[in-house]
Amino acid sequence: MSDTSFVRTEMLPQKAPPSTSVGIIGWARANLFSSPVNVVLTLASLYFVGYVLTSLLPWVFLSVWNADSLTECREIMNETWGSTHGHACWGVVNDRWLQLLYGFYPSELYWRVNLTLVVTLAALAPVLFAEKTPRQMLWLTGAYPFLMPWLLWGGSIWNPVVAALGFVTGYVVYRAVSEIAGSLLAVVATVVAALFWWFVLAAPAAALLSDIVPLTIETVESRKFGGFMLALLLGVVAIGVSLPIGILLALGRQSDLLVVKAMCVGFIEFVRGVPLITLLFVASLLLNVFMPPGTNFDIILRVMIMMTLFSAAYMAEVIRGGLASLPKGQYEGADSLGLNYWQAQRLIIMPQALKISIPGIVSTFISVFKDTTLVSIIGLFDVIGLSTAIRADTSWNGIYWELFAFIAVLFFVVCFSMSRYSMYLERKLQTGHKR
Amino acid sequence: MSDLISDRKIDHSKLQVSDEVAIQITNMNKWYGSFHVLRDINLTVNRGERIVIAGPSGSGKSTMIRCINRLEEHQQGQIIVDGTELTSDLKNIDKIRSEVGMCFQHFNLFPHLTVLENLTLAPIWVRKTPKKEAIETAMHFLEKVKIPDQANKFPGQLSGGQQQRVAIARSLCMKPRIMLFDEPTSALDPEMIKEVLDTMIELAEEGMTMLCVTHEMGFARQVANRVIFMADGQIVEQNEPEEFFNNPKSERTQQFLSQILGH
Repeated sequence: MSDTSFVRTEMLPQKAPPSTSVGIIGWARANLFSSPVNVVLTLASLYFVGYVLTSLLPWVFLSVWNADSLTECREIMNETWGSTHGHACWGVVNDRWLQLLYGFYPSELYWRVNLTLVVTLAALAPVLFAEKTPRQMLWLTGAYPFLMPWLLWGGSIWNPVVAALGFVTGYVVYRAVSEIAGSLLAVVATVVAALFWWFVLAAPAAALLSDIVPLTIETVESRKFGGFMLALLLGVVAIGVSLPIGILLALGRQSDLLVVKAMCVGFIEFVRGVPLITLLFVASLLLNVFMPPGTNFDIILRVMIMMTLFSAAYMAEVIRGGLASLPKGQYEGADSLGLNYWQAQRLIIMPQALKISIPGIVSTFISVFKDTTLVSIIGLFDVIGLSTAIRADTSWNGIYWELFAFIAVLFFVVCFSMSRYSMYLERKLQTGHKR
Repeated sequence: MSDLISDRKIDHSKLQVSDEVAIQITNMNKWYGSFHVLRDINLTVNRGERIVIAGPSGSGKSTMIRCINRLEEHQQGQIIVDGTELTSDLKNIDKIRSEVGMCFQHFNLFPHLTVLENLTLAPIWVRKTPKKEAIETAMHFLEKVKIPDQANKFPGQLSGGQQQRVAIARSLCMKPRIMLFDEPTSALDPEMIKEVLDTMIELAEEGMTMLCVTHEMGFARQVANRVIFMADGQIVEQNEPEEFFNNPKSERTQQFLSQILGH
């Protein structure tokens, strides 16, 4: 008899898996107690987590909220618990939270900052959750770059309107010129027309319009901006503008046109080779040297430009990584169908390259947002700058942990949201099976 | 001898070749750096011809058909496609590319778009076809390649054979007059090769001008009206399939055929 021949006469039915491999018990066995070493590690980790929590939770929750100075805080602690050790003094946050959030923005105009935040979220919604929001909301997104500065800095409504008209002028000129001349000439004419509008015609036009229909809200100067609002403002602008610039730089770096390529490489390598602090000092001190005397170039605008350019260089490299990981066949597929360069980039290459780069892009976003705290070094009162200023007050002299904990929570909420959003986006854009 | 993997009956009365010239290649040369990949290629393709290009790997057969829609640039000689000469003029290149369909070994479908979006993309953006009409055309060709039920799936959810048929349908949506196939079945399992070859035979019966780089000698024997053998960047031999397979003239061809058909 040989065993090599076998014929199954009856097919086996499905059986349930053993109870030790499913449910909570199964999970714990597989992940926590799978071997003696893992048992030891699990118990050690549990002890460590417990130790940290038993010290941290009392500090956070057995704390003083109502106090006007650190001395008062300590008196209350001594009365209540008999010691000042191990208890937080949240009185400083209670006392100064408005300042930490809004800086020196006039308190009767806080509503404008709040409204800006609401408008920002509403303008972001159609970009972040395209299929869950009505398409009409994109109009708000389009108007946002003009609306946001007006709400924050105030002044005549005609300033943002006239600024927006520069783009309209450019568009009209482009349509007119591209009818009669080549596309290159049309682009040049567009840029010239728009610049002519902004630098020559815009100011008189705005003045004229506000003479006819004066629609003005109170102006707030840049030096009153501060607190977490400043971090959000710089973050939103730097993030929003650096992504498109980064895409262009990444494409320019791959370009066949030698001059374009050299300029992009030069820019990226220069910016990445220089600390952000240096660029911020250039923005705050050096630029004035090169400007004609008497020009007033807003400090926040200067900082915005520097932070944007800085993050654009990093963004370009992240996106270049995404571009490099696309198979050559995608370019050939697009080419073979007759799509031109920009169509191929927009419809085929970028959607895939950006999707691949999402983790890197969001990392860059997060680090840019946190880097906004560096502006405290050049004398702007963001949250970090304000915490120093608060400590300079005699009543809060010597308070560190509570202020930094509050700032950490503020930043964590925003950064963690960005991180979660990027994971959501990655899942949403996942097509096809992972094999 | 390996036979045609498809058991489909071919209606040879439909395979007509006209006198009109579709592609004219004259003294074309190409180099990669200092390496001479294509040497003095001369080839005239009439409308309705089905040409199979065979040869050992590295012989320049893919490079040659990729020159026809400018995925590769030739440095000397002349290529005229449908009366338009290929020069570095971008307008000519885009025009020729939209008239010449191409299928690749690895399909090159766009993985972030659904099957239907893959098919309608080029008609909408290049031909400026209204979206509704583009979708109708796309569904028509999906039915033709027998996978209309997959229209809303992503390419990554389809089998290799289905993906290649989608790729063929994508090219057809541009209503090309010439189709180039660059080893369309080389990345597929045998059972999937059959479904792709069936689709290609159907195209041939409709009078499509086809240039096909393939190792499917059964397909060459039964569908092609001319087989071209290339080696070392040159056309070594070309003949009708019957004559080419049964009575190869050059030593290189004999050697090649004995290697691929000998077992």
